[in-house]
Amino acid sequence: MSYELVGITVLWIFLYGYLIVASIDFGAGFFAYYAKQTKQDHIINKIISRYLSPVWEVTNVFFVFFFVGLIGFFPDTAYYFGQTLLIPGSIAIVLLAIRGSFYAFENYGSKQSSVYMFLYGATGLFIPAALATALTISEGGFIEETSNGVRLLTGELLTSPYSWSVVFLAIVSVLFISSAFLTFYANRANDKPAMELVRKYMIFWSSPTIIASLTTFIAMSQHNHRHFEKMLDLWWMFGLSVAFFLGAVFLVYQKKRFGLAFIFVMFQFFFAFFGYGAGHLPYLLEPYITLQSSVTNDAMGLALVIAFIAGLCLLIPSLILLMRMFLFDADYVKGNK
Amino acid sequence: MMEFDSVTMSRMLTSLTLAFHIIFATIGVGVPLMISIAEFIGIKKKDANYTLLARRWTRGFVITVAVGVVTGTAIGLQLSLLWPSFMQVAGNVISLPLFLETFAFFFEAIFLGAYLYTWDRFNNPIYHWLFSIPVVIGAGMSAFFITTVNSFMNTPQGFELEGRTITDIDPLEAMFNPATPTKVFHVLSSSYLTSAAILAAITAFIILKKKSTDYHKKALKLTMIATFFFAILTAIAGDLSAKFLADEQPEKLAAGEWHFETEEGADLILFGTLNEDNEVENALRLPNALSFLSHGDFNSEVVGLDQFPEEETPPLWIHYMFDLMVMLGMYALGVSFLYIVLSKLKRWNEHNKWLLWLIVLNGPFAMLAIEFGWIFAEVGRQPWILRGYMKVSEGATTSPHVEWMLLLFLGLYILLGVISVRVLRKLFSDNPAEVELEHRYPEVDQRGVDV
Ligand code: HDD
Ligand code: HEM
Ligand code: HEM
Repeated sequence: MSYELVGITVLWIFLYGYLIVASIDFGAGFFAYYAKQTKQDHIINKIISRYLSPVWEVTNVFFVFFFVGLIGFFPDTAYYFGQTLLIPGSIAIVLLAIRGSFYAFENYGSKQSSVYMFLYGATGLFIPAALATALTISEGGFIEETSNGVRLLTGELLTSPYSWSVVFLAIVSVLFISSAFLTFYANRANDKPAMELVRKYMIFWSSPTIIASLTTFIAMSQHNHRHFEKMLDLWWMFGLSVAFFLGAVFLVYQKKRFGLAFIFVMFQFFFAFFGYGAGHLPYLLEPYITLQSSVTNDAMGLALVIAFIAGLCLLIPSLILLMRMFLFDADYVKGNK
Repeated sequence: MMEFDSVTMSRMLTSLTLAFHIIFATIGVGVPLMISIAEFIGIKKKDANYTLLARRWTRGFVITVAVGVVTGTAIGLQLSLLWPSFMQVAGNVISLPLFLETFAFFFEAIFLGAYLYTWDRFNNPIYHWLFSIPVVIGAGMSAFFITTVNSFMNTPQGFELEGRTITDIDPLEAMFNPATPTKVFHVLSSSYLTSAAILAAITAFIILKKKSTDYHKKALKLTMIATFFFAILTAIAGDLSAKFLADEQPEKLAAGEWHFETEEGADLILFGTLNEDNEVENALRLPNALSFLSHGDFNSEVVGLDQFPEEETPPLWIHYMFDLMVMLGMYALGVSFLYIVLSKLKRWNEHNKWLLWLIVLNGPFAMLAIEFGWIFAEVGRQPWILRGYMKVSEGATTSPHVEWMLLLFLGLYILLGVISVRVLRKLFSDNPAEVELEHRYPEVDQRGVDV
């Protein structure tokens, strides 16, 4: 495999990882706030904070890894995305900053403030919307290159049906993934009332998820026909995605095997995300950057791949340790530790 | 008058974010080491006072880590948003340490989570202590990697540049450039120094305001000895940094020292002012000391600003930054030395009110020294973003509206700064150490001896 393929595969896997772990976190923030408003917080907030506390910093690193790696493997992306995303990017940073720090203030600072809770819940929905915009822009049509450099066509972006359908999809997916995970986690903690509540959320958000996916597909066919055609060629991936979706909803509906159901949800998004990504290639940013045109030199490519493998040898055992201690340690999950 | 164009605005926003991040980054690098030391002493001496110390420091630390992480994420993204052309070049040559840094973050984050949530989980407390080691190493490694990037900007190597195409890239040579050893050493030692000094300052403040308990006296002793030790290391590292500058980046040293003419046996100028003809007035001169600082020999030749075209020399006000950093370093050394001497002499009391106030001041002073040091190092690189290859003005974004982003981030940092201070104060004042000690370790009496 060439460096550009190794690079984009690694990055896409990490972005997928971020999609899953961050969705759990973002959605949990929203549910925590919603539960507080509807006076159900005593039921689920304990579960949410037991899971989130040990892992939130790890979630952020997934994201940092993605953008640092992107610039490393494909330096041209720094120029194009950097030039155009100043304002949306800065807004996303501010939201992330508020969310991350307020989480710590709230949780370790022993102060339960409803302002923090609100910000924590609201940013959980705005951040995915803001980040999804970067993917929208990469479809092309929203950036113009002139002799003065490149610039973002903000007007087009704000009036495009495609861009809004992506935002919508991002938000509902977050809620869906998060509730699927929390159902599994609450069940594992033997916390019946919490499980019942988040299970309801999961079933509720399943239909908007599938509707949003279809709308985005249709909007894509209007906006970028090339990408749409390539995705049709990969129809089986999207078919698998829908099948896993149905399987997950079925299991949760039947109150069976919540762990498996969450794995199905992960597969659902895995296939959709990789189907989307594979169709996107060879472009990273249509029509300006392709994989081949922007890939870094061989020396750096090799160094990055070696660094990556060495890094994984360090990380995977550590991550397994973390998961065994907090995710799969039944006593911890139940709150006995 | 300054021009408010994208370049100026990008510089101001970068400076703002870095100046804010560096406060939390310094704490993030240094405090884990102090926590680890305290917990270890607690286990070895079987003294719960130290264990509680580690515990309480950790609780404050998570708040500062959170702000460190979010501001770090901000600077990471802003590098591309504000310096897209620079990052395009840098991405080709120096992305290896940036990439490795994310692994260091990962490593640190994972074990920090493990450390935080396993305090009473093991029968043998040494297992819990072991989790602190990867946190200390991870934090040190992230400082190491990011500092190699900054070193690269000062003494770039490991590539050839023809127009805008880069060839002959050697990532390791770029990473291990001439500035790396001294910079890494100095950044690490000064982070440890500053963290120890801040913890000592907080302790001294509490002793002054409330009655002092054994817990606080032990904390003060530990942090002051650490301050003394790291102050010596920092001074050594600073001296090596100056020698490095004299060899590799003489224009920065010359501007910092107001050394205009190349000469042998150069004097070291402390403070002072410049008149219209760039002549030094009102300064304290240490004869031949600059030669010694530069090459370890009082009669050696030191390159002056006359060797460089005027448009390629940094602004002369960095002289004050350098002097202030060094003075504050001497202050830290002096205060911690005084404490140690007084504590050894039976006739004197190291918990003297005046000494405690000097120790309280030392905390903010050390953090100021970090800021002055960075300003000296960064502004001293001007006008270059990549010394000798790319000017700052060529690296900046051309997008409009950077000024609005500057305001946005200014607001964000003020908010984060104010709230984190308030949260930290509340965290500790609501739960004083004496009360927590009794509650958690009832077997320890207030003098810290097992009953
Ligand atoms: C507690 C903080 C602190 C203290 C007490 C000192 N320094 Fe420092 N200094 C730093 C914190 C710092 C820093 C923040 O870590 C810098 C900024 C960039 C860098 O590499 O380290 C720095 C940079 C820096 C540089 C520029 C290096 C470069 O640009 O490559 C020199 C020459 C010195 N220092 C020299 C000294 C000397 C001779 C000191 C005498 C005791 C001293 N520093 C004390
Ligand atoms: C251009 C300069 C810098 C960039 C781009 C940068 C980038 C970052 C990023 C992205 C993070 C968040 C990582 C996470 O998600 O966990 C971070 C945090 C951190 N940075 Fe920086 N950083 C810079 C300067 C520095 C310096 C000079 C130091 C050390 C002296 C440092 C030490 C740290 C540490 C220790 C953390 C972890 C947070 C903490 O423990 O407080 N950084 N930085
Ligand atoms: C790696 C990419 C980096 C870039 C592109 C960068 C660029 C810049 C620029 C352009 C400035 C403004 C200088 C001026 O206003 O005269 C600046 C200032 C500063 N930088 Fe760097 N720098 C980098 C790395 C670092 C690192 C690793 C640190 C360590 C924390 C750092 C610390 C600072 C500080 C504290 C200032 C403020 C100085 C002032 O107030 O003017 N920089 N940086």
